[in-house]
Amino acid sequence: MAQNNSEIRYLTPPSVEIKKKKYCRFRKNRIKYIDYKDPEFLKKFLNEQGKILPRRLTGTSLKYQRKIAVAIKRSRHLAMLPYVIDMLK
Amino acid sequence: MNAFLAVIQKLPTFAVDFLITKFYYMLNQYETVFIATPVLSESQMKEAVNKFKKVITDSKGEIVHEEDWGLKKLAYPIQKKSTGFYHLIEFRAEPGLIAKLETEYRRDERIIRFLTMKMEKYAVVYSEKKRARKSAEQKQEDE
Repeated sequence: MAQNNSEIRYLTPPSVEIKKKKYCRFRKNRIKYIDYKDPEFLKKFLNEQGKILPRRLTGTSLKYQRKIAVAIKRSRHLAMLPYVIDMLK
Repeated sequence: MNAFLAVIQKLPTFAVDFLITKFYYMLNQYETVFIATPVLSESQMKEAVNKFKKVITDSKGEIVHEEDWGLKKLAYPIQKKSTGFYHLIEFRAEPGLIAKLETEYRRDERIIRFLTMKMEKYAVVYSEKKRARKSAEQKQEDE
């Protein structure tokens, strides 16, 4: 009896998520320059409201996150990306 | 300054040439994009482009590349307009030219938005590669 009590039984086996390691796509692909004239590419780093996504979600390294931010801001200035919007994607 | 000139005069001509080319490459490369109002006709647009090119070339700037993106939709309205003519010019010039160019932009009513930026070395490489790719594609199409 004592043995049975110590054992915890689950109906469904607990799922242990294997975290996928995030990586910086610019480091990996050796991209040195981020073009502000390519809004389609920059949209990958925006959420639905057109806000810049944080580094902790995209996995970009600090160096390139800064460059992305500058490129997005330039693109917004030239009306190629919106400042505020609903449902960007 | 005089001592500097004296040194330069003593140098052989090829060395002077070298210095000139060296300083030539030290000029900054810039990229400028402007948006003109959509109410312009094609000839008016051309005239506006020529005006700004003239501003650059008059101050000893050298135009490296030029791109016309045509009428594009804006992501948000600017001066109550939802479209605009985009034009890009890449040029090499002295830093003093930028202030002149930008005052010209501000004075001109046809320009609703502009952006000038200094191209870092990777930006120069990127745009050159992009151009090379484009010309290669065109060649393939021609064949």
